Amino acid sequence: MSFLNQKALPWVITIGFFAVWELACIVFHIDRFILPRPSEIAVEMVDKWNALLINSLQTFYTTMAGFAVAVVVGLFLGMLVGASPTVYRGLYPIMVGLNSIPKVAIVPILVIWFGIGTIPAILTAFSIAFFPIMVNVATGLATIEPELQDVLRALGASKWQILRKVGLPRAMPFFFASLKVAITLAFIGAVVAETVASDVGIGYLMMSASARFDVPLVFAGLLVIALMGVVMYEAFAMVERRVTFWATRSSQSAS
Amino acid sequence: MSKPALIAKAAPEAPRPLLAKLDRVSMQYASGTLALSETSLDLAQGEFIAIVGPSGCGKSSLLKLISGLHPAASGTVTVDGQPVTKPIDICGMAFQNSTLLPWRTTLDNVLLPLEIVAPHARQMRRNRSEYEDRARAILKIVGLEGFERKYPWELSGGMQQRASLCRALIHDPRLLLLDEPFGALDAFTREDLWEVLQQLWLDKRPTVILVTHDLREAAYLADTIYVFSPRPGRIVAQTSVDFPRPRTIDTTYRADFVDLVHTLRTKIARH
Ligand SMILES: Nc1ncnc2c1ncn2[C@@H]1O[C@H](COP(=O)(O)OP(=O)(O)OP(=O)(O)O)[C@@H](O)[C@H]1O
Ligand SMILES: [Mg+2]
Repeated sequence: MSFLNQKALPWVITIGFFAVWELACIVFHIDRFILPRPSEIAVEMVDKWNALLINSLQTFYTTMAGFAVAVVVGLFLGMLVGASPTVYRGLYPIMVGLNSIPKVAIVPILVIWFGIGTIPAILTAFSIAFFPIMVNVATGLATIEPELQDVLRALGASKWQILRKVGLPRAMPFFFASLKVAITLAFIGAVVAETVASDVGIGYLMMSASARFDVPLVFAGLLVIALMGVVMYEAFAMVERRVTFWATRSSQSAS
Repeated sequence: MSKPALIAKAAPEAPRPLLAKLDRVSMQYASGTLALSETSLDLAQGEFIAIVGPSGCGKSSLLKLISGLHPAASGTVTVDGQPVTKPIDICGMAFQNSTLLPWRTTLDNVLLPLEIVAPHARQMRRNRSEYEDRARAILKIVGLEGFERKYPWELSGGMQQRASLCRALIHDPRLLLLDEPFGALDAFTREDLWEVLQQLWLDKRPTVILVTHDLREAAYLADTIYVFSPRPGRIVAQTSVDFPRPRTIDTTYRADFVDLVHTLRTKIARH
């Protein structure tokens, strides 16, 4: 019974959300140029499926490319920062400073350097996604129980061996938890860059649609973005559950 | 390897070469706690010593000192004739708390030392299945057959302790440091494992330091028992144990065994 609820609940809530939206638009006679009804958006999505598909594939590509770079850089810097308090202290102000800059603000600079298009979107996605990865990996490494390190030290293990056998496995739950956050952030970064400086991608599609007052298409774009975000988040949540089950084990998990 | 003397004398025949020596060693934690003060101790090669003393007196700290996990504040620790300045690589250590790695199965936890320690680390990939058999065999001895694929958090406290013991033994270390290895076990399992440990010691003759709260355990297993004072730990008594080996549970009911345990008990109580 409660198991059924658990499974059904997200669907019930989501469908309910759209139902309320639809009803509210009808009851309050809301103009479709202010807020289109979900059914109108759905029709729009079917009509314009080709443009939506091409542009969302582009966004997906820039997101994943930026995300991939963010994983590599975040993992590397996280290991560096987590393993050495000196590096941590040295890099800390710059890192926090860079992260505080709103990413929309760097897009114009990227455009000057790389021109309009794919590269600024990838770099924006990267710049917003790598920070949580780095911080989490560093935290995972810095909070290793000294007892676990002692197990390897007592065997005469080298620093590198300790990192490989204890540090990295121990940091994995932190790493995968950050991936869920990072993928959605990368997505946001890519879309933001596309709205400002691109001639392709979901962000661009929405900008040009709003310039034409094609409000249903704007909302169709929003919906596609939300959908992609949910799918990517869930994909990484699944990877996380698989890889780091030992950290998230529940007390009643039967085996 | 000398044959175990049937009736060992209080003073051993020829003095065996030293494996480790503590010379007026003190040890202090960063927080300022003085764990050991001016402790001196000689450990002969192949000797089995037991350390007993009240809780918090610095017994675990002594093991950290000898293994090189923690530096001495003053005095010198020597192992194999070399002063200890960093973790040494001849020991197998069973820690007081479970330190099994939660992301590894029991079998992989037991195999861990073989991935690190000298001759094995290089052969690990090639001889993996051989080493796995070895780990399975040793897990079977301590009664963990069938749990090789379980994760540590799927084991009971006592089972985790037994797995830790296997991990300490797997690479045949010359120096075995055991910190209350049987503390979480019921009396019967514990006595079974005394027998296992004794047999292993008779076969391979590692040098063993056993920290325990159980005076019968100390008397059953050790050549020499050291009694520590409350913190900061100092050695307040040292007793040779002369019962012939192999000792059995029957040995523990002999009058002189009971007397020995009684004497130890009074020594701890008095300090
Ligand atoms: N990591 C640590 N940092 C600071 N103080 C410590 C640390 N570990 C132990 N101590 C202190 O050092 C003293 C000796 O501790 P130790 O663990 O060696 O005792 P023990 O004899 O093994 O006790 P038990 O029999 O309860 O295991 C204690 O007073 C304890 O508070
Ligand atoms: Mg202790």
